[in-house]
Amino acid sequence: MAAPAFLAYLLAAVLFIFGIRRLRSAETARSGNSISAFGMLIALGTTLFITGTLSLPEILAGMVIGGAIGAVSAQKVKMTAMPQMVAAFNGVGGGAAALIALSEFYQTDVLGTRPETLVGSITAVLSILIGCVSFAGSVIAFSKLQDLFLTGSVSFPLQRTVNAVVLLVALLCGANAISGGAILPFLSPFASIAVLFLLALGLGVLLVVPIGGADMPIVISLLNAFTGLAAAMSGFVLSNYVLIISGTLVGSSGTILTRLMSSSLGRPLGKILFASVSGAAAKKSGEREERPVNAASPEDVAALLNYEAEKVIMVPGYGLAVAQAQGAMADLARLLEERGKEVKFAIHPVAGRMPGHMNVLLAEADVPYDRLYDMEDINDEFAETDVVIVVGANDVVNPAASDPEVESPISGMPVLDVKSARHVVFVKRSLSPGFAGVDNPLFYDTEKTMMLFADAKQGLQDIIAAVKSGQ
Amino acid sequence: MSSTLLLSEFAVFVIAAFLGFELITRVPSLLHTPLMSATNAIHGIVLVGAILALAAPGDTFTKVIGFIAVVFGSMNVMGGYWVTNRMLEMFRARPARRRRRR
Repeated sequence: MAAPAFLAYLLAAVLFIFGIRRLRSAETARSGNSISAFGMLIALGTTLFITGTLSLPEILAGMVIGGAIGAVSAQKVKMTAMPQMVAAFNGVGGGAAALIALSEFYQTDVLGTRPETLVGSITAVLSILIGCVSFAGSVIAFSKLQDLFLTGSVSFPLQRTVNAVVLLVALLCGANAISGGAILPFLSPFASIAVLFLLALGLGVLLVVPIGGADMPIVISLLNAFTGLAAAMSGFVLSNYVLIISGTLVGSSGTILTRLMSSSLGRPLGKILFASVSGAAAKKSGEREERPVNAASPEDVAALLNYEAEKVIMVPGYGLAVAQAQGAMADLARLLEERGKEVKFAIHPVAGRMPGHMNVLLAEADVPYDRLYDMEDINDEFAETDVVIVVGANDVVNPAASDPEVESPISGMPVLDVKSARHVVFVKRSLSPGFAGVDNPLFYDTEKTMMLFADAKQGLQDIIAAVKSGQ
Repeated sequence: MSSTLLLSEFAVFVIAAFLGFELITRVPSLLHTPLMSATNAIHGIVLVGAILALAAPGDTFTKVIGFIAVVFGSMNVMGGYWVTNRMLEMFRARPARRRRRR
């Protein structure tokens, strides 16, 4: 590599490091992202100019097409759909890394246009394996979050054994390709690479299919780290430092981020990946229909708020974000405060499926920032609260999460302790369980719980109207 | 590949791994998702590899594979940075409001 290119790549890598560093605080994060984007511009410009590929129309066409798809979808995606968007971009990155390695293998083994090296072959195999797992896993994650197919957790007998067998056969094919076909004489090196490619895709599907919805952000973070590692492996294949440095940075920082996320949710990583979510959740959903609930009208809720509530806590969830009901919730809070009641907002770390997402949505609705409380800060206060209003949240207030008897996708996740309050009002379209697919026993506590079956926004507006007319 | 080149590549790999661990410590959970998205954009650097793969001499197969890789990599880069910026734009509004209200 020529010295100017080398130095330009080094500069790009330094900008990535500097950019990640500035992502630590909300104040500097945006400039950090821009700095890292500038580094990317330098790295790409260098590649195009120094290697003379700027004149190749197929490269420019590919960049324009891919860039346009990326930019348009990034601009159009709703804030609530952010996790699946991140999964999608991660998936294509992993796919690109796998395809690069596939192409390099083809060049050495079939065309003979590239010198074959042992390290090149090993890292190409790893790049294909990790990249394909990341691609297929991200596709499944995307579809789960988008409610396309395979939503909830899907499990089948001997799942772990099947995964292990698929991985072993894939590795065997990889070893065969590296050894030039010495291990499995009936498979040519490139044919075994093709089999490895397909098996790795299958493995990605198998790994993510059993994982329940509440754990999805953590899985996406893990796949993100995988793609970084796959990119680093491509760097070894191509002997390109900027790929090695940036891919490794993402691989290791992504691993730490995954661990931070899972520990802040009280969900050990091993449990998420290998928990056998058996019939427990399904069995519970079967008996759901027969149990009575206390269905309430907006007037019932208003009477409760007007006459029995001194202290109220609002719990916003994903459903509220989807219904764009944060304004209505803020209005109800203001109205209750005008009536001399104390109102606070309780924010679960994954409210809205995305850490930190709910704070932003409420800030946009002009909810005073000092009324928003994190889970740790407010959980003790539920016991002395008269009414909790839960809008569009289920998993994050589900007491079943701490029930050792129930094995479920949300087991062990810390939840908001709404069950300790005197009254709980759920504003919800139906009795359907939340994203994690686990029934909430609080729905059926007819002494304590009122269910207002309505769209989040409409329901809140009806309550506001009823509170106004009730006094 | 000479062994000195390989060794220096490996050294860079190990150092970058430690650097990554050091960079992401004590991040508030508030920023976990934007951070994930930003690192996601950085691994879009595979686009450099995809460009090199497509530029290398080859046949129709490598051209098709390389082209798809370039499209994928460009989506990753462009979409990753764009969406991270949109997310962080919303975070920026927060401290300003806070000051106004106090």
